[in-house]
Order: sequence, then C-alpha cells, then structure tokens
Amino acid sequence: MASKVIQALYNDDDVLMHAVKKVRAEHHHIEEVYTPFPVHGLDKAMGLADTRIAITSFLYGCLGLTVAVVMMNFIMIEDWPQDIGGKPSFSYLENMPAFVPIMFELTVFFAAHLMVITFYLRSRMWPFKKAENPDKRTTDDHFLMEIGLHDNENELAELLWETGAVEVKVTEKES
Amino acid sequence: MYTFSNKLRLGSFIAMGLGFIFLVIGFMSAPSTVEEAKAMVAVHDDGHGGGHAEAATESHGDQGHGAEASHGEEHDSSHDEHLLSQLKNRPWSALYVAAFFFFMISLGVLAFYAIQRAAQAGWSPLLFRVMEGITAYLVPGGIIVFVILLLSAMHMNHMFVWMDPEVVAHDELLQGKAGYLNPTFFLIRAAIFLGGWIFYRQYSRKLSLAQDESDDNTNFVKNFRWSAGFLVFYLVTESMMSWDWIMSVDPHWFSTLFGWYVFASMFVSGITVIAMVTVYLKSKGYLEDVNDSHIHDLAKFMFGISIFWTYLWFAQFMLIWYANIPEEVTYYVARFQDYKLPFFGMLVLNFVFPLLVLMNSDYKRVNWFVIMTGIVVLFGHYLDIFNMIMPATVGDQWFIGLPEIGGILFFGGLFVFWVFTALTKAPLQPKRNPFIEESRHFHY
Repeated sequence: MASKVIQALYNDDDVLMHAVKKVRAEHHHIEEVYTPFPVHGLDKAMGLADTRIAITSFLYGCLGLTVAVVMMNFIMIEDWPQDIGGKPSFSYLENMPAFVPIMFELTVFFAAHLMVITFYLRSRMWPFKKAENPDKRTTDDHFLMEIGLHDNENELAELLWETGAVEVKVTEKES
Repeated sequence: MYTFSNKLRLGSFIAMGLGFIFLVIGFMSAPSTVEEAKAMVAVHDDGHGGGHAEAATESHGDQGHGAEASHGEEHDSSHDEHLLSQLKNRPWSALYVAAFFFFMISLGVLAFYAIQRAAQAGWSPLLFRVMEGITAYLVPGGIIVFVILLLSAMHMNHMFVWMDPEVVAHDELLQGKAGYLNPTFFLIRAAIFLGGWIFYRQYSRKLSLAQDESDDNTNFVKNFRWSAGFLVFYLVTESMMSWDWIMSVDPHWFSTLFGWYVFASMFVSGITVIAMVTVYLKSKGYLEDVNDSHIHDLAKFMFGISIFWTYLWFAQFMLIWYANIPEEVTYYVARFQDYKLPFFGMLVLNFVFPLLVLMNSDYKRVNWFVIMTGIVVLFGHYLDIFNMIMPATVGDQWFIGLPEIGGILFFGGLFVFWVFTALTKAPLQPKRNPFIEESRHFHY
C-alpha cells in the first residue's frame, strides 16, 4: 500500500534536534530520520523505545559459554582424555583453569557475532538489499525527517519550514 | 559547604572506640609462651570444628609459611615455637591488613583522581572534591602503615620473616635477596613512596583550591602536568610497594604481575568508595549537580575494574597452576588447604557478584543499589588483602574474630572521620574548573 509522506531536509544536526523536539511537541508522528552519522540523543528526542539488544547479547554469551564447556569436555576429557599440565585427573572440573581462556573467548565470540547478526536482521538489513533512504544526500551532509501525512499537508509543511528545513517535499512511499 | 553530621561523627567515634578495644583484647590474648600457645590451639580445636581447625594440630609449620620449608632444618624440632609466632602474629596481621586496606582505598582514589586530571576528563570535575576528601586519608593512613612497618623492622612482630637475621643466616635464598630485602633499605623505600604520594596529594589539592580563586587556568594546567608526572611515579612505586609490603611476607615466592594485581584491588575499592561517598552526600542534599549519569559511570568503572581484577587474579593463578613448580605452587596450596572459604568466597564476591549484579545498565543508575553492591565489593577486597597476608603470617591459625573485626572498625571509623572532616574544608563544587560546565551537563 502506498502512503503519502512529507520529507524535510536539514543541513545541521543541532537544527535537526530542535526540529524533532518541536514536531514531537506538536504531536506529529515522526516515521523515520535519516542521518549521515549517529546523532547523540536523537533516539531519546524521537521517543524510540530502549534497545533490547543487550538481553540478546547476554543470552548469546550464555550459549557460547555452554558450547565451550560441552565442546571442551567432549574433546579433552571424554573422546580423547588428555593429561593436562602433568595432572592426569581426567576430570573437567579439576582441569577447568586450562579451559577458562577458551570458555571466555567463545562467550565473547558468540555474544559479539550473534549480536551483530541480530542487529542486522532486526534492522532489516541483509546482502543485496535495496537502500531505503529516500535521498542520497543523507549519506553525505544532509539530515532527513519523514512524517506521515493525514490530510494536513499545508499545516505540516509550514511547521517544517519554521523549524529551519532547507527543503520540504511530499512523496508517495511504498511500504 | 558541607557540615559533618553529628550522627556520622558519633558513629565513626564509636567504631574507632570499639575497634580499639577489640584490638587491645586481641593483643592481650596473644600467647607469650609455647605452653600457652599449645593450650590455646587445644582449646581452639574443641571450641569449633570449622574448616581450618581440623588441620591445625597435624599440619602447621610446613604449609603456612612459604619460608618455613627451607629454614626448616634448623627449626625442625620447633613446630611449637612456630605456632607461637603465628599466634603472636595474628593481632599484628589483623591490624596490618585493616590499616593497609583503608590506606589502599585512598591510594586507589588518588590514582583515579590523577588519571582524571591527566586525561582532562570532562565528566568528573564535579566529583573532584569528593576524591580530594578521600585522598586526605593518605596522610594518617600512610603514617600508620609506616609505623607498623617500622615496628616490624624493630622485631616487635614476626610478619616479615626476612627481617629476622637468624632466619636469613640459615636461608641461602634470603641471603641472595638481602641486598634489596633488608630492613634499612625497606624503610627508606617506604618513606620515598609515601613521601611522593603525599606530596602529590597535598600539592594537587592546593592547586585545585587555588584554581577556584584565580582568574586564569595556570593552576589547572600545572595540576595537569603534575598529575601526568605523578602517574609515572605512581606506577613504578605502587608496584614496588606491593612487592615490599605484601609479597615479601612470602619471601621465597614471587609473581611478576603482583603489582598490577594489587593495583586492580585498590583501584576498584577506591572507585567504589567514591561512588558510595557521592551517593551519601547526594542523599543529604549536597552535590545537586551530580546526576545519575555520574553514578552510572562510576558503577561502570566498578564493573569493569572488577573484571580486570579477576583477569589479573586468574592470569597469576593459571600460570602457576599449569606449570606446577613446587616453589611457586606452595603459595596456592596453602590457600587451597587452609583458606578455602575466604579464598573462594573472595572470588564469588569480587567476580561473580559484580558481574551478575552490575551488568544491567539500569541497575547502575539506582543509587541505593550501588551502595549495597559497593559494601559487598569492599568486603570482597578486604578478604583479598586478608588472603595475601594471613597465610604467610598466621598460617592455618586464621579466624575472623575480635582483632580482625576490631581492625576494620577502628580504621573504618578513622577513615570516615578523616574523609568527612576533609570534605568540610572546601566547597563541594569546584568553581572555576574549565570543565565544570561539561561535567554539569554530563548525560548518557
């Protein structure tokens, strides 16, 4: 379904921040803001919910730790028992200090890689995906705010010009 | 300006008084003859069958003391005398561990403060007066530690075996180290370390106060230069201090990263105390400009340095465990056999607990939560120092009883009294620090 949106371009992140606050104060719903670099505090100004990626990271870390323990136990203790440091105890627990570096590394490895993959999937980014940003200039030196239209085109355009936009346009958007 | 609340002052005096009484009882009840010592251990064994008491009768002598093994031939028949010196050492060790622990907190804060100055950090200037207040304890704390070391050198106790010429005469390894490990040079070094640290603390505080009244930034720039210089001095002297004051109680054993390990312990304890004092002052209506983001940052440091401590602790442990060389591994054998509870308890308190509790970002902003965590972390690092000193000085005769609690109470009371008195001496918010605006608007 195609929907009508209004897009305002800014050329300064401070102006953009003030504009976002003002538009939100007037109770308009900002659909998205495209910026060439991360703008500190923009997520709070837009009222986005806090990220939950930390929780996934913790779970992936636990998974990595488990994989490390199970793997080392199978390789070093069960399948081919190893005499570690001249202590042939053949017990995972008694040889644990030797495995700690691996346990640590796999925890970090799983947490980091799976978190990045989760982030890409959640952001709907995957290889060969067509770029979503509506204006090429948002990859260079412009900031773009996109607001959904509900028959209030003129009122919104006026508001956006007031906030210091350098360009305001109305387009159809596939979604 | 902060005024010292009467309740807190009274509390600190009560703690000091109680602690003093406990310490005196501890010193009075230490045995003075071999017979008394033997009688005490016999009673001890009936009294409580706790983990360490079981081994007490058959195994003292050859584990507790790293040095014992080699000067053993001379002392073979004198296990009882060794027991006597362990029991005599106990109140001294309790005193020393507590004195060093609170001294180390203010030294850790001094290092943190110097890093903030040298890095010209923008977030922390609001907390500078709190840090300066805590480092004020460096003067009395340092002098007390020095006096204890001096009394050890005067053979008032037997904590540092290498100070005893009798022991050195029968010990080739100690003879080899005598050029460095001898009481005179030891005390000279201690005086240089303490002198340097106290000088930097006092001078930096002076510049910090002068900056408030001046109309340019020269004091600030000077403070920056001195802080950078101090950090170089500190890193070398802190490491040597840890060999001298702690590692040398086991004079045969050494670890090359010991300085870092002690540093991590003092750093995390210091940061924890900064956070606790800040939260306390905020709860009393001072430091209005300090917000949750400052507390959050301190708690992040608590979390991070706890992990750093564990990393160093483990790095030291794993190499020795893996290589399994007798001279080195005795250090851990003594701890595994006689110190199970404090040794593993410390790992839980200093690693597992902060890891799980401080991981969540929201919890780091909850002030009372930071205080509660801080108490646990501080206790864990007290145990860390306890585990560094006690196995060498009292062996399996350890117990957390009157002298240990007395030491904590006495020095804790003195610490609180001194720190909060120092806080009343200057406005809690620096006026003309060039980064004060940035610090006020700090948010995460």
